[in-house]
Amino acid sequence: MFRDVWLIAGKDLRIEMRSRVGLNQIVPFAVTVLVLFAFALDTDQEALRTYAPGLFWVTVLLAALLAIGRSFAVDLADGAADRLLLSGIDPIAVFGGKAAAIAVQLVVLEVLLGAGVVLLFDVTVHRYGLLVCAGLAAAAGVATAGTLYGALVAGLGVRETLLPVLLLPVVAPVLIGATRAFQDAFGVAGAEGWAWLGLLAGFAAIYGVFGALSYGALLEEA
Amino acid sequence: MTTATTESTSTTEGIPATTSSKATKVLGWLTLAGFAVLVALAFAWVPEDTRITEQGDVVGQFDAVRLMFVHVPSAILAYTGFALTFLASLAYLRWRTDWWDMMAHASAEIGVLFGVLTLVTGSIWGRPTWQTWWEWGDVRLVTTLVMVLVFIGYLAVRRIPADVAVKARRSAVIALVGAVNIVIVNRSVDWWENRTLHQQSTLIARKIRDETLFTLSFSFAVGMVLFAWLLLHRFRTAYLQSQIEELEVNEALAERRAEAGISETPEGRS
Repeated sequence: MFRDVWLIAGKDLRIEMRSRVGLNQIVPFAVTVLVLFAFALDTDQEALRTYAPGLFWVTVLLAALLAIGRSFAVDLADGAADRLLLSGIDPIAVFGGKAAAIAVQLVVLEVLLGAGVVLLFDVTVHRYGLLVCAGLAAAAGVATAGTLYGALVAGLGVRETLLPVLLLPVVAPVLIGATRAFQDAFGVAGAEGWAWLGLLAGFAAIYGVFGALSYGALLEEA
Repeated sequence: MTTATTESTSTTEGIPATTSSKATKVLGWLTLAGFAVLVALAFAWVPEDTRITEQGDVVGQFDAVRLMFVHVPSAILAYTGFALTFLASLAYLRWRTDWWDMMAHASAEIGVLFGVLTLVTGSIWGRPTWQTWWEWGDVRLVTTLVMVLVFIGYLAVRRIPADVAVKARRSAVIALVGAVNIVIVNRSVDWWENRTLHQQSTLIARKIRDETLFTLSFSFAVGMVLFAWLLLHRFRTAYLQSQIEELEVNEALAERRAEAGISETPEGRS
């Protein structure tokens, strides 16, 4: 089972490594969004520092939409999804693998964006442990919910526009929780950072279980 | 199911040409009459909501309290609609019948309608009462907004041209996840800003005037009748739509067969 998860995740990550769509398009897009936020909030360094956690996570969510869409577009091309189905790999492993691959991409994106936030928004990190844990838990939450919804809209004609409409309201708790945890980690607001981490982990767990259980039914008719 | 005229059904055998029936007519008239009585009660009978504080200031909702007779039932109908969508989706995944799928679709649409009405009336009510159109710290407000957005997404999926069974199954999963999500959103917003402007359980605490309480209860009753009326019509519209689609498929099949020169229809098709 874990070997299959590893197999699927490795396949998706290898495709990303070779195509470099993530590095050449998604990361520059995310950095551009950060720059746009700076323009929108004027040259007020203080405001940027205060709102950096929220702006960071909105950027991650927008970039995640692209990464999730891409993950399923790759599967749909050349009937790869059918062959994946025929390979006899347990749908739970397929779900786990795809979610893991997306989560890894999100973590890479978070690291790069985090550097961008520190450089551009003049943020200082006070609690590294909380920062890392919240970053990982939020990536897991967005990846599991994103994989479930990515599969839900895969194969439907209008998936590019449908995915944001469906996914963004659903990941609202991740935005709230991760922003609060980062506020604590950046020391810009007194929030119960570790308590919010619980919400993030719970979200990832709920969507992980739900996604794994319903993935088989969704794969079959995609 | 209906008293449709025979000439209008002649082209579509066995399919009624209307969503109206004896039951919906009774419900429709009951709703109209109930609404007329409700308007009279709300504007003529219920007094302004005022209270004199210990300092002698006059406070309260004043005339805005009359909006409650639309706002509160709307909220209840919205939640009823979404709860019904959740149950129908669950039932669809269990039994896989079109009936449950149509029920989920119909109740979701009514839920969104009343959800939007709840937000609009609440906003109008909040302006004079809370001095704000919108309050981000309020859990119920934000939860309801996210819920309406989730189900607008659900309705978007329902509008996609796709295979009926595929659409039904995916919609059902989206409704289930969406409903579970409501709980998470509610909890997270609660932690986010642990404060609320909404009054807690005025009904139970009996801090409410008898006239207001009676009118509010009456508005619930009218709302429920309206809900049943809308649901019946919307469900039947969905049914007729599915019949039309089937009819079109059959006609297209018959045409292709005629082109190919095959006269008899194979089994399973009528």
